[in-house]
Amino acid sequence: MTEIDAKTPMEKLTIGGNIYNAGNAREFKTGDWRSMKPVWIEEKCKQCGLCFPVCPDNAIPVNGDKKRMDYNYDYCKGCGVCAKVCPFAAIEMKQE
Amino acid sequence: MSIRERLSGNEATAIAMKQINPDVVAAFPITPSTEIPQYFSTFVANGEVDTEFVAVESEHSAMSATIGAEAAGARAMTATSANGLSLMWEMIYIASSLRLPIVMALVNRAVSGPLNIHNDHSDAMGVRDAGWIMLFSENNQEAYDNMLMAHRIAEHKDVQLPVMICQDGFITSHSIENIQLESDEEVKNFVGKYEPEHYLLNDKEPIAVGPLDVQTYLFEHKAQQAEAMKNAKKVIKEVAEDFEKWTGRKYEFFEKYKLDDAEIAVVCMNSTAGTAKAVIDRLRENGVKAGLLKVRMFRPFPSEEIAEALSGLKAVAVLDKADSLNGAGGALFEDITSAMYVNKKQVPMINYVYGIGGRDTTEKQIESVFADLTEIAQSGNIGNPYRYLGLRKEEN
Repeated sequence: MTEIDAKTPMEKLTIGGNIYNAGNAREFKTGDWRSMKPVWIEEKCKQCGLCFPVCPDNAIPVNGDKKRMDYNYDYCKGCGVCAKVCPFAAIEMKQE
Repeated sequence: MSIRERLSGNEATAIAMKQINPDVVAAFPITPSTEIPQYFSTFVANGEVDTEFVAVESEHSAMSATIGAEAAGARAMTATSANGLSLMWEMIYIASSLRLPIVMALVNRAVSGPLNIHNDHSDAMGVRDAGWIMLFSENNQEAYDNMLMAHRIAEHKDVQLPVMICQDGFITSHSIENIQLESDEEVKNFVGKYEPEHYLLNDKEPIAVGPLDVQTYLFEHKAQQAEAMKNAKKVIKEVAEDFEKWTGRKYEFFEKYKLDDAEIAVVCMNSTAGTAKAVIDRLRENGVKAGLLKVRMFRPFPSEEIAEALSGLKAVAVLDKADSLNGAGGALFEDITSAMYVNKKQVPMINYVYGIGGRDTTEKQIESVFADLTEIAQSGNIGNPYRYLGLRKEEN
C-alpha cells in the first residue's frame, strides 16, 4: 500500500479509510493522551513479570532475558494498571 | 425462456434472493417485510440455498451482522421496513461509508408514530442522504428484476455501495400478480460471483476496515462516496442494458409513460404509477395530453435527465408519499424543483403529499390532480404549490 498522509488527494485514498496492511498501530503515537505517568523504580523491582502482561498498550518493553525495561512513553496512556498489580511498590504514578 | 408465475412482491423478492443464493442473510421480522426472511429461512431449512441465515435479535444487529459478513468477504443481504430501518439507522451509514455492497429489500411502510404499519415512503425518505443506491419498484415484477440487477451494481469496482430495493408495503408486497421469472441457472450467470479485491478473511492480506477517520480524512472519504454515487449512474444503465438483452424487460433511470407528447404530467414512485397509468389512458381517450414520469432510480438522483424530460410540459405535479414536515414540500418535489432550477428549466410545478399511512390513492384523486394541472396550464397561476391529496379537511 502506498503511503497516505494529510496531503494525499481524495483520488489516492483507499475507500472507507481501509488500511491494507497490518501492525500499523505503532505509527500512531498515543502517549501524549497521558495525564498520569508510571515511573519505574528499578532498585525495588524484582522482575516478577506481573506488570507487562497487563499493559493494554504493550508500553513495557521486555528484553531477550524476559526482563522488563523502562517504559515506552510513546504509547503509555498512564492507565495505572501496572502500578496496581506491582506487589513491590516499584511503580509509582506521578502527575505528568 | 422466462417462467410464468403468480407471486406477491415479498414472494418475488424472496425467490430472487434464493436464486442469488447469497453467503449470508441476517434479518429480523417486521411488517410488511416479514415474509421475505420467513420464506428465505424456509429455503435455508430445505437446503435450497447454502446461505448462512442469522436470526438476529434486532434490526440494528441485522445490519451489523450484514456489515460484518460483507466486510469478511461474503455476499450479504437483509430485508426490513419502517421502524426496523429506523433501528438500523446508525449502521446504514456505516455500511455505505465502509463501501460494502450489501443489498437490502426495503418494503416501504410509514415510520411510526402514531403507530401505523401501512404503506408510505417515510422510511425510505429518512435514509435518502445515507449514501445507499435506492431503486423503486412499481410492482412485483420490478421488485424481482431490480433485485436481480442489484449485486452487479453494488459490487462494481467503480461503485462499491450498498443498494436498497424499495417496493410498497402491502399494496405490492402482499398482492399476488402475474410475473415472469428467470431460470436459476440464468440468474446465477447474470449475477455472477462476488470476488472482492480486499476482504477481512483473506489471510494473505491482513487489513483494517473502519479505522478512526479524523479531520484530515473524513471529508475526502465522503467525497469518494459521492463520486461512487455519480459512477453508479453509468453502471445502473449498463446493467439494465444487459438485463434487457437477457430478459427483454427494459429499465431506465425513470419510466416515461406517454410523456413525450404530454402537456401535463405527474411524477411519482412505486405502485401509484400503476394507478396513474390507468387514469392517463382514460384521459388520453378524451384528448387530454396527460403523461407520467415514474422515478425508478431515486439515489443517485438523475437531476439533469429528469429536468430534460419535464422541460417541455405546461404543468407538473410531483406526488410525495411522505411529508418532509418542513412546511415547504416533500423530498421528491424538492429534488425535482432543484433539478429544474439548476438546469434552467421553468415549468409550473406543484406538490401533493398523498397516501400517508396507507391511505388509499384512487383513480379519482389522480384525476383531480390532472384537472388541477389543466387549470394551471391554462391560467399559469399555481396558487398554493404545497398541497394534500386525499386529506380530510373541514369544508371552507
